[in-house]
Amino acid sequence: MKQLSIIEAIRAALVEEMERDPSVMVLGMDVGRLGGVFRVTKGLAARFGEERVADTPLAEASIVGAALGLAIGGMKPVAEIQFLGFTQQAFHQIGPQLARYRFRSRGRYPTQVTIRAPYGGGVRTPEFHADAIESQFVQVPGIKIVAPAFPDDAKGLLLQAIRDPDPVLYLEPQRLYRAIRGPVHNGDPIPFGVSRMVRDGTDLILIAWSAAVHLCLEAAETLARTGASVAVLDLRTLNPLDVEGLVAAVRDCGKAVVVHEAPLTGGFGAEIVATLQQEAYGDLDAPILRVGSRDTPYPPGALEDHFLPTVARVVAAARATLEY
Amino acid sequence: MRLLDYDGTLLGAAPMGVEKAQQAMRLMLLSRATDERFIKLQRMGRVGIYGPVHGQEASVIGSAMALDPARDWMVPASREHLAMHVQGLPLSSLYATYLGRIDHAAVPEGVRLLPRQQAIGAQLPHATGLAWALKLQRLRGAVMVYFGEGAASEGDFHEAANLAGVIRAPLVMVLINNQYAISTPAHRQSAAPNLAARAVGYGFRGIPVDGNDLFAVHAAAREAVERAVAGEGPTLIECRTYRIGFHNTSDNPREYRPDSEVEDAAERDPIDRLRLWLTSEGAWSPKVEAEAVAQVATEIDAAIADVNAQPRPGAEAIFKHVYAELPYRVEQQRRDTVTRKEDVCP
Repeated sequence: MKQLSIIEAIRAALVEEMERDPSVMVLGMDVGRLGGVFRVTKGLAARFGEERVADTPLAEASIVGAALGLAIGGMKPVAEIQFLGFTQQAFHQIGPQLARYRFRSRGRYPTQVTIRAPYGGGVRTPEFHADAIESQFVQVPGIKIVAPAFPDDAKGLLLQAIRDPDPVLYLEPQRLYRAIRGPVHNGDPIPFGVSRMVRDGTDLILIAWSAAVHLCLEAAETLARTGASVAVLDLRTLNPLDVEGLVAAVRDCGKAVVVHEAPLTGGFGAEIVATLQQEAYGDLDAPILRVGSRDTPYPPGALEDHFLPTVARVVAAARATLEY
Repeated sequence: MRLLDYDGTLLGAAPMGVEKAQQAMRLMLLSRATDERFIKLQRMGRVGIYGPVHGQEASVIGSAMALDPARDWMVPASREHLAMHVQGLPLSSLYATYLGRIDHAAVPEGVRLLPRQQAIGAQLPHATGLAWALKLQRLRGAVMVYFGEGAASEGDFHEAANLAGVIRAPLVMVLINNQYAISTPAHRQSAAPNLAARAVGYGFRGIPVDGNDLFAVHAAAREAVERAVAGEGPTLIECRTYRIGFHNTSDNPREYRPDSEVEDAAERDPIDRLRLWLTSEGAWSPKVEAEAVAQVATEIDAAIADVNAQPRPGAEAIFKHVYAELPYRVEQQRRDTVTRKEDVCP
């Protein structure tokens, strides 16, 4: 099995889908000749032509809005927004337009559009480039939200995103782009709404998605040195949410901590906790703690370690829960 | 650009024959009668809210008639009711929106029309994308998109026009400048008196037309559609008209504009102007008009009866078409809602 980075896995999925289906196309800023600011689409324009791998003007709302129109016209667009933070400039085209178009048209116009966007901190970016604003999109019915943490999932979930009949926001963990390599299957899409246990454990479960999964894995390793058996659950998709998998996993342990890069208040962690206290209250042996970023604007890169969740904060929350 | 003077004198070549002009006249009468009927239904409490087209009929119908519905697409804003009908939306589906039959209001398969858009200007990038899709697939056709002078202040207008210019999209942007965005007059939207001139900044053609002149609107739209289909890129047409009616049934225009201004605009009524020309051609008379008005009323009655015969949507309808397949939790909510079970679980 091939060992790929997340960037290579995403590119492999794009190439496979573009070869399989001539209506699949890529559009966005700098995605053509340059291959994107992270080179995710490197080589695609040369291979598939500049019509199917199209550079657009620097205007996020029209990238998303045009993708919607392209989909109505018979294409399957994969739109790249250079950084998730800049989807704010296109939010009105994502939430109220793209996500609702199937509903508004009473099924006449499903919008098979994938929006790819890198996000997350830890790489000292300028302002807006790291903002973890995924929970804003969770409040938008109609769009699926996918957040892989491993190369294999990155590929399989992107294959599913492009083939999925609903619009999908596909979040890419920029700090992991080249930082990890892993085996990548040649094969089928990975279905949405299925979480994955990435580390087994019996005392406590850490629940996360995207780059925070790796933070949890590190924390679990640290905790293992003091004898705690800590599991890590990777949600992989936020919408649809694997409610059954989540509940089953927590039932086994009885103790859980949710970790995410988004600011704490109103983050998707709150939704996880609410779900678990409703569906698994009797099985819980401790309150569920959350570890998120601080409820402040994303600070300049030099200060981001004070803002983001750290291994130490995850370990501290886990210890407090274990000792409860 | 003007082809029909206020007194119905033809100033150039007529862009359509007498028969087509009679058809346009009937559509304009249907538009105005639709306004009258729906305002009445709203006052009777049978319709929530309605925005009349009154005064803008030539802009709406003259442009729509330039499309080939079997080849071209239409992307409406929200005040182009009869344009949608010209494009192929049955009258009863057009009315169904106002009468709460959301599924009956849907655009039928095969009709190249997008749904009405209530977020001002948001349809513009969709139209650019749709035109782009035609071009990428080498499909012959044009996309006509409607918006107002208020929408021209939105960022979406700029982004959509700019992208359309760059990709030379087969797009016809029909800006219906009716002088008011609710209460805000056009001079508070822009310091530029000529909105059509904005096209220059996007690298394509802009044409200002007298929006109350059916012939001028139609001629400009037809040329723009032909150019789009021939691969010559987008056109911006500014139809200068006047919203004689209120913004919608909740609005009272007397709070922001004098009656004299409206009376003055009514002197330039688009229906009067076409009637004068048709009469001078011997193709219209009070008798023909009376027959047309009666015919239109019958059509409206039939369409409303058709809508009323449709079942009223129930709770199930809010869960339909949200996703291809409902996620677990939404499916639970659907079951709770349709069985009217109090929702104690997620």
